[in-house]
Amino acid sequence: MSRTSRRKLLSAVFVGFCALSVLIALVPLAFVLFFVVSEGIQSLNVDFFRNMPKPVGESGGGMANAIVGTLMVTGLGSLFAVPIGILSGVYMSEYAGTRFAAVARFAADTLNGVPSIVIGVFAYGIAVLPFKQFSALAGGLALGIMMIPIIARTTEELLLLVPGTMREGALALGATRARAVFSVVLPSALPGIITGVVLALARIAGETAPLLFTAFSNRFFTTKLNQPVATLTVMVYTYAISPYKDWHRQAWAGALVLIFIVLVCSLLARFATRRLEGMQAR
Amino acid sequence: MTSGADTPGLSAAPSGRDAHRGAAERPIKIGVTNLSFFYGDKRALHDISIDLRANVVTAFIGPSGCGKSTFLRTLNRMNDVIPKARVEGTVNIGGRDIYGADVDVVELRRRVGMVFQKSNPFPKSIFDNVAYGLRINGMVKSRSQLAGAVEKSLRGAALWDEVKDRLHDSAMALSGGQQQRLCIARALAVEPDVVLMDEPASALDPIATQRIEELIYQLKRDYTIVIVTHNMQQAARVSDTTAFFWLGKLIEVGPTATIFTSPREKLTEDYVTGRFG
Amino acid sequence: MTAPVPGRKKASRGLVATDLGFRLGTGLFATMLVALVVAIGFELSRQSMLTIEKFGLNFWRTEVWDPVAGQFGALPFIWGTLYSSILALIISTPIALGIAVFISELCPDWLKQPLVFLTELLAAIPSIVYGLWGIFVLVPAVRAFESSLPAVLRQLPLFSGPPVGVGMLSAALILAVMVVPFSSSVAREVLKSVPGAQREGAYALGATRFEAIRAALFYARTGIVGAVMLGFGRALGETMAVTMVIGSTPKVSLSLFAPQDTMAGVLASQFTEADTELYLSALVEIGLVLFIITLIVNSMSRLLIWSMARSERSSTPVVAAEPVEVTA
Repeated sequence: MSRTSRRKLLSAVFVGFCALSVLIALVPLAFVLFFVVSEGIQSLNVDFFRNMPKPVGESGGGMANAIVGTLMVTGLGSLFAVPIGILSGVYMSEYAGTRFAAVARFAADTLNGVPSIVIGVFAYGIAVLPFKQFSALAGGLALGIMMIPIIARTTEELLLLVPGTMREGALALGATRARAVFSVVLPSALPGIITGVVLALARIAGETAPLLFTAFSNRFFTTKLNQPVATLTVMVYTYAISPYKDWHRQAWAGALVLIFIVLVCSLLARFATRRLEGMQAR
Repeated sequence: MTSGADTPGLSAAPSGRDAHRGAAERPIKIGVTNLSFFYGDKRALHDISIDLRANVVTAFIGPSGCGKSTFLRTLNRMNDVIPKARVEGTVNIGGRDIYGADVDVVELRRRVGMVFQKSNPFPKSIFDNVAYGLRINGMVKSRSQLAGAVEKSLRGAALWDEVKDRLHDSAMALSGGQQQRLCIARALAVEPDVVLMDEPASALDPIATQRIEELIYQLKRDYTIVIVTHNMQQAARVSDTTAFFWLGKLIEVGPTATIFTSPREKLTEDYVTGRFG
Repeated sequence: MTAPVPGRKKASRGLVATDLGFRLGTGLFATMLVALVVAIGFELSRQSMLTIEKFGLNFWRTEVWDPVAGQFGALPFIWGTLYSSILALIISTPIALGIAVFISELCPDWLKQPLVFLTELLAAIPSIVYGLWGIFVLVPAVRAFESSLPAVLRQLPLFSGPPVGVGMLSAALILAVMVVPFSSSVAREVLKSVPGAQREGAYALGATRFEAIRAALFYARTGIVGAVMLGFGRALGETMAVTMVIGSTPKVSLSLFAPQDTMAGVLASQFTEADTELYLSALVEIGLVLFIITLIVNSMSRLLIWSMARSERSSTPVVAAEPVEVTA
C-alpha cells in the first residue's frame, strides 16, 4: 500500500504545483496593475490630456500631442493593413488546400514572429532613410506591417468557420465565387473580423519599438503626416528613462492610459465574441 | 478467483443454455443494489439492482442512450471524472461498497479493468503499452519479470503470435482489431478480477469482431466479463447472462437463451424481436 | 446535337473570368504577405552590406563594441540575447505548463473563463508598461535581493559584481513574466487536442491524476516542445521591457548581477545615435541576424506543432486488407 500512497502523494503535489503556478503567474499581473493604477491615477488629470509637454521643472505638462500621435499612426497603419489583411485572409480560406495558401500562411506566421524592432529597422530603411526624415507615415507603415498578419490569420480562421452550406447556397443560386464570398460569407464572419481588427489595434497601440526610429518623437503638436510625431508609448519610454521625477509620474499616467485602452478593447472583444456565439447558436 | 469447473472439451462458443447451466450457481462478483446515477439534476439510471457473477459473461443490451454504458462505467467509478456526476445506491465488490468512504479508487480500477469502444493505445511501443499498467502499479520488480508479464498478457489476448517479433514497434501501426486486442492485453496485464468491455467490437470489421468474441469466451475462464453491446446477435453468441436496459432502467435479466427465446417482459420481447431499437 | 443554349457559352466564360479574377485578386494580397517577408530580409541585408563585407564573421566573435573608435563587435549582444532568453525559458516553462495543465485538466468549469481571460490580459499588457514597472519596482527589489545575498555565494561567478539591480537577473525575470502567458496558451491548445480516450485509458488502468495527465502530456509532447519554442522565439525578440532593466552595457558576463545588453536592446537604445554609415550598418546587421534567428526558431516550433496535429489526425487505426463493414 505504501507504493500507492506514494503515488497519490505525488499526484497531490503535482496538482498543487499546477495551482501554485497559476498563482505565481497572477502575482506579477496584480503587481503591475496595482502600481500602474496607483501611481498613474495621481497624475492623471485634465492637464494630462489637454496640455503639451512642458520643459523640465514646469508642472502641468501633458501628453496631448502624444495621444493624438498614437491615434494617427494606428489609423495610418490600419488604413492599409485592414484591406490587405482581410483580402489575403479571404484568399487563404477560399483556396485553403493549395500550396500557395500554405506558403502565404507560413509567411503570415513568420511575419507575426518578427520582432517589432526589426520591423522598425525595415521601415526605417524604406520610409525614413530615402526621405531623410522621421515621419508619422513611417510609423504607420511599421505598425501596419505588424497588423497585417494578425488580421489575415483571424480573417482566415473565421471564414473557415462559416459553414460550407452557406457558400454553396449562394453558388447554387448562380452567384460568382467573388459575389458569394463578399455578399454572404464575409458578412456573416464580419463581427468576428471586426473584433479581430479591434484586438490588433489594441495590440499595436501599445507598441514602442517600431516607432523609436520611424515616427520618432516631437515636442510639439502636429498632424502633418511627413513629420515626426510623438506617440504615447515612445513618450512613456522617454520619460521613464529620464532622471526627472515629474516625468516619471507622467510616464505612469501614460501607462495607465495604455492599460486602459488595452483593457477596454479586450473586454469589448470578449463581450462581442460571446454575443456572437449566442447569436449564431440560435 | 474461482476458475469454475468448465465443461471439458468445449472448444467452440457454447449454446446459451449449456453455458448458463453453471452460471446461476457461481458466486456473486459484483452486487449492485438500487443504483441511481445523476448527471447534475438529470437522472440517467433508475434504481438498478443486479448480481454479476464470477467467471460469467454478462451482456448489457438495449437501444442507444438507454444507459448501459453509463451503468458499466459506474462499476469502476469511471464516471468520477465527470464533474457533475452523482451516484446513489451501492455497488458491492468483495464485501465493500466501492462508493463508500476510504475506498481506493486507483486500486479499484486496477481490479476492475475496462476496454473501450474505440481502441485507445498510447503512442508508445506495443511492449510499453502493455507494460504501462505494470509499471505505474509497481507490479514487477525486474526486467525479466516485466517481459514475462507482458508476454503472458499478450498471449491472454491472443495477440502474442502476431506481435512477438515486433514488440518495440509503435502500437499505432497495428490494425484496428489488433489495437483492440492490445488494449485488452493492457487491461489484463494488471491482473484484474473483472473486465468491463464497452462495445469492444463495434468499430471493427466482421473478421476482427469474431476474434474478439472468441477471446471473450476464452477469457471468462479466468475473469468475470461484463460486455455492453448494441449487437444482439453478439450478445447471444458470447454471453451467459443478458440484462436488458431501457431508458435508464433495468427491465429484465436472465439466462441469455431465455432472454432471447422466452423473455418475461413484453418490452424485452419487443426489443429482441426487433420491433424497436 | 449539342447546340449550345444561346448566350450560355458567353456567360460561362464570364463566370470563369470572374472566378479567375477573384483568385488572382485575392491572391495578389496574399502574395504581399510573402513579399513583405522577403522584402524585410532583403532590405536588412542591403543595409548591412557594409559591415558584412568589412568584418565578415569576426563581427560575431569580437567582444568590443566601441562605436566611437569604429570598433564593432557584436558578441556581447548575441550572448545577452541567448543568456536572457534561455534563463527566461528555464523559469517560465514549468510555470507555463503548470498553468496550461491546470486550466485544461484540473480547473472547475466556472473558473476556466476568468483564468483564460487573466492569462490573456497578462499577454496583452504592452511591453513598455512592463518596462516601466521593471525600472521602478522590479529593479529595486532585485537590488535588495542582490545586496542581501550572503558573501559566500557572491564569490561564485554567477553572482559576482556590485548589486546594481539592473542586469541579467532582472531581464530574465521580466522576460519570464512576459513569455509565460504566451507559451501557456499555445500549450493549452495543444493539450485540448489530445483525445480524451488517452486519459480514460490511463485511468481505467488505475492511474492517479498525475499519471493520467502525464500520459496526455506524453501524447502531446511534440506540440508542447513547439509551444515552449514559440515562447523562446518571443523572448528573443522582446525589446522594450528588457532594454529598460538590463543596463544596456555591451559586456559578456556569466554573472546574473552584471548589466549586459541584447540585440533588440542595442537597436532600441543606439539606433538613433548612429552617426556614421558603418555604425548604422553594424546595427542593421544585428537586426538582420535577429530576424534570421527568430525566423528559424519560430518556423521550427510551428513545424513541431503542425506535425503533432497531423499525426493526431492520422492516428485512427490502420485498417488492414480486410473489408470494413459496419456490423449492424
